[in-house]
Amino acid sequence: MNTDYLDFEQPLAELEAKINELQNVSDDNSINIDEEIQRLKDKLKSKTEAIFSNLSDWQITQLARHPKRPYTLDYIDMMFTDFQELHGDRAFADDAAIVGGLAKLDGQSVMVIGHQKGRNTKTKIKRNFGMPRPEGYRKALRLMRMAEQFDLPILTFIDTPGAYPGIGAEERGQSEAIAKNLEVMSHLKVPIICTVIGEGGSGGALAIGVGDVTLMLEYSTYSVISPEGCASILWRSAEKAQDAAEALSITSGKLKAFGLIDEIIDEPLGSAYRDTEYVAQQLKSAIVNNLKRLRELEQSDLIQKRYEKQMSYGAFSE
Amino acid sequence: MSWFQKIMSSRIRTEGGNKKKNIPEGLWGKCKSCEAVLYQPESLKQGKVCPKCGHHDSLSGRDRIEFFLDDAPIEEIAANVKPEDPLKFKDSKKYKDRIVATQKSTGENDALVAVKGQLKGRDVVVTAFDFKYMGGSMGSVVGEKFVRAAHLALEQGLPLINFAASGGARMQESLFSLMQMSKTAAALKRMKMAGLPYISVLTNPTTGGVSASLAMLGDINIAEPNALICFAGPRVIEQTVRETLPEGFQRSEFLLEKGAIDMIVTRHDLSDRIAQILDLLKPLPQAAVLTDESAVEPDEIIVADDHPKGTE
Repeated sequence: MNTDYLDFEQPLAELEAKINELQNVSDDNSINIDEEIQRLKDKLKSKTEAIFSNLSDWQITQLARHPKRPYTLDYIDMMFTDFQELHGDRAFADDAAIVGGLAKLDGQSVMVIGHQKGRNTKTKIKRNFGMPRPEGYRKALRLMRMAEQFDLPILTFIDTPGAYPGIGAEERGQSEAIAKNLEVMSHLKVPIICTVIGEGGSGGALAIGVGDVTLMLEYSTYSVISPEGCASILWRSAEKAQDAAEALSITSGKLKAFGLIDEIIDEPLGSAYRDTEYVAQQLKSAIVNNLKRLRELEQSDLIQKRYEKQMSYGAFSE
Repeated sequence: MSWFQKIMSSRIRTEGGNKKKNIPEGLWGKCKSCEAVLYQPESLKQGKVCPKCGHHDSLSGRDRIEFFLDDAPIEEIAANVKPEDPLKFKDSKKYKDRIVATQKSTGENDALVAVKGQLKGRDVVVTAFDFKYMGGSMGSVVGEKFVRAAHLALEQGLPLINFAASGGARMQESLFSLMQMSKTAAALKRMKMAGLPYISVLTNPTTGGVSASLAMLGDINIAEPNALICFAGPRVIEQTVRETLPEGFQRSEFLLEKGAIDMIVTRHDLSDRIAQILDLLKPLPQAAVLTDESAVEPDEIIVADDHPKGTE
């Protein structure tokens, strides 16, 4: 079993392995087996279509956490130029679970901030699996205030299982760090566009997720609690995560229908990692379009509209 | 669930089965900390603070407000805002059924009570969580009532005081609940911009999404003694770091030491202390007027006499 692939992707992994094998054979021997390769490629495509046309919410949750899924720094690489990473919260430390800095988007200066996960054991530990500590949120806040000072739009990329639940994080005020970001972001004087690129894990995600526009990649998720966490509390068994994933309505399609997010960014067949350039292009054009629209608003309108958007969230009767 | 139960309305379905819970509470109870036997009506008069050991038991939102404010009439805010079930959420029980059952057992529409009333003669807006209502969890109704209370405070230029007692965001409303964190925080930013005081009182327990939004945003954060206040609960942290947590970790005294709160105040002293703080932050206008005798108009003196406690 190939650990770079999810359970339900294994049939695809096998087909791809076969195709690779045949391609190597044909390179070596110049025997014409193109036809067989083409047949397998067609089969791979139809199999992928079959699997992806009928994904469960739990499968989408797994895709959002896919080990090969592009992370914030990958998007920064593909969408921006002149990236200058900035470090530290000026009070305690630099938290590598959140990255941020100045960059250019089509020649225009912007502030980019996002959660960052690692790919191998070493970088996963360095990035703390994308789970920020208070200093991460305070670094983000420092950069956002700097963006306001220089009138730069803020673009955030959300991809975290949640804020880190550790002793030090509690001692240094994890709650306060998150709460402060929510408060300040609600009234910053520059446009803010937030994109969920992978896992939108609760308060740890929202702490860089208050803005004028919320975008979501097609196979990302956004939730108040992980399906596993919810299942262990409400079903008293983490094994019911599949049911919880369904019940929590955490996929882009469902959240768009509820009006809780604004736009869904299309992913290629087989999800983002199959064609990262394509996703980056889609995302870039959505951000550029929204930015253009937001830049035309008067500052007071921008803030008032953001406020009204926050106030509109909720389902109740009266 | 049998087919017969399925076709019954939520109200009837939740009626049976839980008969035990419907028995009225006895006149006598035990302190949860020292097990002293307490006479309940007297205990309520004492704000449910144990006279033997000083343990602060949880108060309902309504009892809290009654204990905290003056006897003057109060005006309830957004009393008729009721929960919906946008996700049609169902785990072992339907969310709809949980709502009906909890409404019946608590007599409240949802987990927050919001009022305008008087504290030592000063008009204030007060919101209080009800931990008995689904663990004081914050869903759409809690968020909406909180911001309406804040908006009333903004319109009338009044201080806002919140009493938090909550396990966090309400899972059954999923992302709707999460968004209440930013919704309430945004309204509090307007309070700050208007120069109006927001006093946050953290009571046992204040955790998760409520701690990480409105509860930690007070201009002044006050905790009751020995309250559990945290983002991630002790069990979650123990599972993550795989070590036993030190005694008193995440309790009020720990938070004071770490710099997260301004002070710890016992329940009996909260009204006086908060009134004092409000007087320091925003002295009532008549107090200022009285220092300048030439500016005193006869009717303003009467106003000051109407609120003798406000200038204490």
